Amino acid sequence: MLGRHSRLDAPDRELERFRFRVGLAGFAVFVAFALLAARLFHLQVVQHDYYSTRAEDNRISLVPIVPNRGVILDRQWTVLARNYSAFTLEITPSRVEDLEATIDGLSKVIEVLPKDRKRFRRLLEESKTFESLPIRTRLSEEEVARFAANRYLFPGVEVKARLFRHYPEGAVGAHAIGYISRINKRDLEIIEESEQTNNYKGTDHIGKSGLEQKYEFQLHGETGYEQVEIDAGGRAVRSLSRTPPVPGNNLSLTLDIRLQEIAEKAFGDRRGALVAIEPATGGILALVSTPTFDPNLFVDGIRSDDWDQLNNSPDKPLLNRALNGAYPPGSTFKPFMALAALEIGKRTPGQAISDPGVFNFGGHQFRDDKKGGHGLVDMHKSIVVSCDTYYYLLANDMGIDAIARFMGQIGFGQRTGVDIEGESPGVLPSPEWKKRRFRRPEQQKWFAGETISIGIGQGYNSYTPIQLAQATAAIANNGIMYRPHLVKYITDSRTGEKTMIEPEPLRILPWKRQNIEVIKKAMVGVNISGTSARAFAGAGYTSAGKTGTSQVFSLKGAEYKESRVKKELRDHALFIAYAPAEAPTIALAVLVENGGFGAQAAAPIARMVFDYYLLGKLPKGAAREENVEGD
Amino acid sequence: MAEQLAQRAWVRLVKPIDGVLLLLTLALMAVGLTTVHSATADNSSRLLAQAMNMSVGLAVMWAVAQLPPQKLMRFAVPLYLAGVVLLILVFFVGIKVNGARRWLSLGFTRIQPSEILKIAVPLMLAWYFHKHEATLKARHYAVACLLLLVPFVLIAKQPDLGTAILVGAAGFYVIFLGGLPWKVIVGLLAAGAAAAPFAWTMLHDYQRKRILTLIDPSSDPLGAGYHIIQATIAIGSGGSFGKGWLEGTQTHLEFIPERHTDFIFAVYAEERGLLGNAVLLLLYLLLIGRGLMIAANASTFFARVLAGSITLSLFTYVFVNVGMVSGILPVVGVPLPYMSYGGTALVTLSVGVGILMSIQTHRMLVRQ
Repeated sequence: MLGRHSRLDAPDRELERFRFRVGLAGFAVFVAFALLAARLFHLQVVQHDYYSTRAEDNRISLVPIVPNRGVILDRQWTVLARNYSAFTLEITPSRVEDLEATIDGLSKVIEVLPKDRKRFRRLLEESKTFESLPIRTRLSEEEVARFAANRYLFPGVEVKARLFRHYPEGAVGAHAIGYISRINKRDLEIIEESEQTNNYKGTDHIGKSGLEQKYEFQLHGETGYEQVEIDAGGRAVRSLSRTPPVPGNNLSLTLDIRLQEIAEKAFGDRRGALVAIEPATGGILALVSTPTFDPNLFVDGIRSDDWDQLNNSPDKPLLNRALNGAYPPGSTFKPFMALAALEIGKRTPGQAISDPGVFNFGGHQFRDDKKGGHGLVDMHKSIVVSCDTYYYLLANDMGIDAIARFMGQIGFGQRTGVDIEGESPGVLPSPEWKKRRFRRPEQQKWFAGETISIGIGQGYNSYTPIQLAQATAAIANNGIMYRPHLVKYITDSRTGEKTMIEPEPLRILPWKRQNIEVIKKAMVGVNISGTSARAFAGAGYTSAGKTGTSQVFSLKGAEYKESRVKKELRDHALFIAYAPAEAPTIALAVLVENGGFGAQAAAPIARMVFDYYLLGKLPKGAAREENVEGD
Repeated sequence: MAEQLAQRAWVRLVKPIDGVLLLLTLALMAVGLTTVHSATADNSSRLLAQAMNMSVGLAVMWAVAQLPPQKLMRFAVPLYLAGVVLLILVFFVGIKVNGARRWLSLGFTRIQPSEILKIAVPLMLAWYFHKHEATLKARHYAVACLLLLVPFVLIAKQPDLGTAILVGAAGFYVIFLGGLPWKVIVGLLAAGAAAAPFAWTMLHDYQRKRILTLIDPSSDPLGAGYHIIQATIAIGSGGSFGKGWLEGTQTHLEFIPERHTDFIFAVYAEERGLLGNAVLLLLYLLLIGRGLMIAANASTFFARVLAGSITLSLFTYVFVNVGMVSGILPVVGVPLPYMSYGGTALVTLSVGVGILMSIQTHRMLVRQ
């Protein structure tokens, strides 16, 4: 085909063809440029608004500003929980390629202990995807400066100023105050259910127990926001606008932390619980559960060895015995039984029995503590000397239904509604309860013999120390019952306005005044000439009380070492009391696990608490200790 | 005497320069330099370096423009052979960067031999056709294709699809302008369409991904699609008149990747808007138009096809780059002439424009 053209006209034809093709190419170029222009028109005019928004979304980020958590004060304005600002060294795992190498590198600049690494690894497992996690907390100024100088070596690692929670009193009152710790998945669900998700953006700690948990949404405050221009790497370039956060509200408690401290110290190394209530309001003055723990350990992620120690200790320091320990009340049950008898009309105060030291029922012998018995015993004496036989008879006469009805009214076997989560209801025994509790029909049947030991606070009876304290306060307050509570008022952080937590009369029990007086008089007698007379000798104020000793009811799931078994088999010591007897300002219940006799183990603790609360008297040696510890 | 000397110097030094091309080049360089300044606001040393690159480019352009086309023809074979030999060396002893073997170490510096072929291939093919101008037969086209295919495959295998496409296009333009019969062109197109599925399997994973990403950038918003998405946002948010010089948020907050090199058009489009884009495209169009005019008016077969090929290559750069950045072509590493930061591409470009000037200004001399 090419060869057909003659040589002469070839150049011209060649040129013509070339120019045609160049023209064609020029046309193609034009079309291609038109295509580009059309595309650019489409992007820059037609879709301009859409892409403008996309560009704005790219560059503007809402950064939450975490509010200051509210502080917690005791009734004397002693700070129990506060915040302080400290520098932390944080790693954003998604921005770091090799975490181990980065941490190794960091440890050359700033001290990173193996425990820090361990904690970081644990946080990493629990964390949400994009957050930064602390590898070191509480950096010194020098450490911050040293890191700043080497910052460029560590992309994805930064120093942040964070607020930390601090509990100045340490372990004192830890079960009441509680603690905060890092938010986990379950907490996130709670936040979501409470529709607080937006308010918790940027927050990484939440109340886990005690008041910190119960009043979480009061303490937290409202998260502020800052509009920040960010670059592609997510780094803030400049601030565009700012909505300041609203700090959390402050809690002022009914708790007296010095009283709490004295009560805790009074337990020594014994396990137990104490709840002291102001009878006229239900305000809790002390809420003790020993052994206790240092809530500060939890704040920046508890170290695993600390956790193991707290969690695996046979003494169960994390268990709040005051609310979650349920114990047979033993003889502390007797004043309530006696009051029931008077109210129902089963006994008069003067009606006496002759106590042979034993009560026979259905072929079973129910024994009294005192061999040979107490002789002639009326109601007053039955309480003062703690006569069992009197109450065996009484229980039998009253019957289980009447007992359960009366005891239920004073709050036994029910949650008190105290402002701490996870309270146990305990067990108020009754035929109905037994039906619910057991499956097999032969187990569900209530035997009349079972009623007998209920009368002296044994058997199926199982109550929490706070229930016992509440019931004691009810007697002290002549039948006007208040919901026990720890928070006196909440102070609004913005307005300073105080919202009182009104003392809430739960129930006004229609007890006859003369009946209450009989019981009160007997309880005063207990502390003067009865079982706890020694503990209250020379007190300088009149007090009313009742000792108790209950058979061991070992805590569920507790694993006891063989060497400890003997101690664990000892009885629990109990004591209920209020003072001053004429116009009670404090009512309490004390329990010492495996403490033996209530009079010996529990009553002296109540004495120390009363002495301080009523007279300002410190236990021997406490003044010096306090000075040493006053850091 | 002195006047004569000055006149001879003028003829010698300035006459070989084409005023229109020079003006367009300077205009594009000015736009390019301001855009590089904006794209490298974080690193002012780049602006100076690019200014240096442009100075070197202008010097090279001037030097090449001095060489008459006959002299250029003498470079064809040695340059081509040298280029292919270097490509083979790259294949065996090249430096691997990011999984691609494109560079050759000279001890003190590295060179990218594929860059040479952008000029060497059209030069070689134009020389070859010129030699057989009067007796062009089918086998000549076959040989030309072979001459093109060798470097093309070597570059594609590095892998460097962008440069391979540019070299292949430059060669194809010579063959097309050299008179490849339409029958063959249509046949090749048909064969190409049929072979497309096989070509697909020949592509590297990342190349396939780029093509797939083009079809749906949102399928991989943080990976391969990120470049396209962020560049499109930059262009679109620029609007009709742009956000203003140095005011582009996508640019200055570093959302645009490769913003001073392959994606510099996004920087320009964000800050200058549609109006600026129209000006830039017009400058390119004028440059290409001038180049095609030079080709049409060239006096020898060699000069014609060479000028045509160089001009259309320039068009290919612009089209592929702007098309890629605005999201209508897949992402291939092609710089935007006079805009993208980098010395090598500028030198190659300047050699090309220098050749165009040489062809234009030596036209009369040849005729005489």
